[in-house]
Amino acid sequence: MRNLTIALAGNPNVGKSTVFNALTGMKQHTGNWAGKTVSSARGRFRVSDADIELVDVPGCYSLTARSAEEEVARDYICFGDRDAVVIVCDATCLERNLVLVLQTLEVTGKAAVCVNLVDEAKKRGISVNCELLSKLLGVPVTAANARRKEGLSQLSATMVTVCESENKPKHIDYGCALESAVSAVIPDIRAVCPSVDARWLALRLFDSDRSMLDSIADSLGIGSADMNTLRSRACEALSRMELCSDSAVDAADIISAKLACEAERICSLCVAGTQESDLRDRRIDSVVTGKWFAFPIMFLLVALVFWLTIEGANYPSELLASLFSRLGAYLSSLLADCPAWLRGILIDGVYSVTTRVVSVMLPPMAIFFPLFTLLEDFGYLPRIAFNLDRCFKKCSACGKQALTMCMGLGCNAVGVTGCRIIDSPRERIIATVTNSFIPCNGRFPTLIAIITMFFAAQSSLLSALTLAGLIMLSVAVTLAVSKLLSKTLLKGQPSSFTLELPPYRMPQIGRTIVRSVFDRTLFVLGRALITAAPAGLIIWLLANITVGQTTVLSAITCALDPFASFFGLDGVILTAFILGLPANEIVLPIIIMAYGASGTLVDFESLSSLRELLCANGWTEVTAVCVMLFSLMHWPCATTLITIKKETGSFFWTVFSAIVPAVIGLILCFFVKTAASVF
Amino acid sequence: MTCIRLSSLMPGEYGYILSLPCDRFRRKRLMDLGLTEGTCVKCVHVSPLGDPVAYRIRGCVIALRRSEAGSIKVRIKK
Repeated sequence: MRNLTIALAGNPNVGKSTVFNALTGMKQHTGNWAGKTVSSARGRFRVSDADIELVDVPGCYSLTARSAEEEVARDYICFGDRDAVVIVCDATCLERNLVLVLQTLEVTGKAAVCVNLVDEAKKRGISVNCELLSKLLGVPVTAANARRKEGLSQLSATMVTVCESENKPKHIDYGCALESAVSAVIPDIRAVCPSVDARWLALRLFDSDRSMLDSIADSLGIGSADMNTLRSRACEALSRMELCSDSAVDAADIISAKLACEAERICSLCVAGTQESDLRDRRIDSVVTGKWFAFPIMFLLVALVFWLTIEGANYPSELLASLFSRLGAYLSSLLADCPAWLRGILIDGVYSVTTRVVSVMLPPMAIFFPLFTLLEDFGYLPRIAFNLDRCFKKCSACGKQALTMCMGLGCNAVGVTGCRIIDSPRERIIATVTNSFIPCNGRFPTLIAIITMFFAAQSSLLSALTLAGLIMLSVAVTLAVSKLLSKTLLKGQPSSFTLELPPYRMPQIGRTIVRSVFDRTLFVLGRALITAAPAGLIIWLLANITVGQTTVLSAITCALDPFASFFGLDGVILTAFILGLPANEIVLPIIIMAYGASGTLVDFESLSSLRELLCANGWTEVTAVCVMLFSLMHWPCATTLITIKKETGSFFWTVFSAIVPAVIGLILCFFVKTAASVF
Repeated sequence: MTCIRLSSLMPGEYGYILSLPCDRFRRKRLMDLGLTEGTCVKCVHVSPLGDPVAYRIRGCVIALRRSEAGSIKVRIKK
């Protein structure tokens, strides 16, 4: 049994993750937009006598990296511990994909090309001659339809054979001036570092891409003195050929242009079909990004998703609640002989908070996640970024922030990781810090419950519109804070912005639903439950341990009360948000339990009885508004904070992203409360 | 033959790249997307707020901000 490691590289959004999932049987998240995969994933599978470890590398347009996620890709393709590289290409736009293929072939001859999405290309009248392509490139080429699992056995067989093939990097002729400069530098490179392909390193020296050269020095162990010598030698060689970096045409331009030319030449030989093959996509785009319909459609789609979520979650939520309450009564009777404190901890503490998290959170999540994934697979998310980019530009931020905000709707931690798709470090930090303004899946159910209880008891349509309105508010606050940041702490001009609008693809509805329920919903819920059980325990203990005359819980809430009521909240709510730090899902269950523990126990089988409980504890419409605002804007959950720390590597930005939303939330609450008391 | 800025193309019009911006970083970024001298670029959509604009470049649709597209010169048939 041989162990082989194979890198799966390619342009963004060509279906690398789909190929990865189909081969390894893993469930890496996929979606129809560039930048979905931001870190490498690894999975194993077996072909005949080989055990293959497949590495799903983030997508990149070329090996000259521009963003963090492209750097990951470049370093792995060039210097990773792989035996071979498989480059996945999109058959519908092979020409652009070939640039990365050619660059990779210059690094290693142990490579293969997988032309994916051939069915989609066929529908558009494009066909690719894989045999000819293979002959021209000098490496194996296989056609595949990863979504339908076609062509994969051939691909995996190829993976084994390329690992045995000779490592002979491809030579591309860059024209006589550059070629003679290459020959001039090669002896110097051989003297410093005999192990590397000298021609390749010479070309990279001519590229003079700083981060690439740093990576080369690191991975090949070239000292900085040697590197500087090589760089100056390269510069001399270029200036002899009048190709210096300050001349009109620099070497890097010639290299890029030549690669593009070569890709064009190969394509003209291997690809048959029309260029204007995307009429359907352009028609859809002229509506969803059109002047009149773009924003109404965006709002209505968001509202529709919420309406389906609210409408669909209503009944299962109540069903689950009543089931759990009956089960709770039964369990309680089983424990009748146990001491009261044990029964209290287990049933009133751990059990009730945990089950309430399930009954309140599970149904909306199980509906929202799949709906959202359908939109994502269809290819709508990049259009949102396209429509909104001007607003972000005005705030000196990046339009791709809209994509990270969309991911934040699912989970803020995922949104923060997704910020890697933003090239400029300044804009990336803006997107990271403001991500938690977008309510995640853990906060939706809380918002939905409060809206339904206090503002739109009769109509789920009205709830959906209110919720969509709240999202608009979060977007507005995000933009305002982004603007504020780029005027103060993160001063700067908007940097360059390029966004790919992928072809629309019909989502595979059945699979999407099953996958997003099992992979994402249950995962997020599991994480919430892990924190719900101990939180239930703590709350019960706080509510039942008495110090002097009062319980610890009421001592805490009383202490927080004056501060909280200043902002239209109360001590219990604030305590719940503090205890909800590990997961926002548990905030509402904690509030219910804290009220329940201090007053008479009510059976909460429906939202109307819940409303009675809240009103009995002094809630008004103003309280409800303040709680919703504070839920939209307070500190991000612990998972998100840890992710922010990991992504920014900065303690300052982590604390900053916790404080800013909280302060803004409190200010808004204060305004609402004050305004309400005036009128 | 006329030389204009890429940003002046209206939806449906196309041109061939003459020159890219001087700034090295931006030029490379655009080249990575397949924008090299002589490449045919067609303007396909304008965002509802007027900026950015989507272009078809080598079979893909890519959105560029007007400021970016303004730094690219294209040649069109008059």
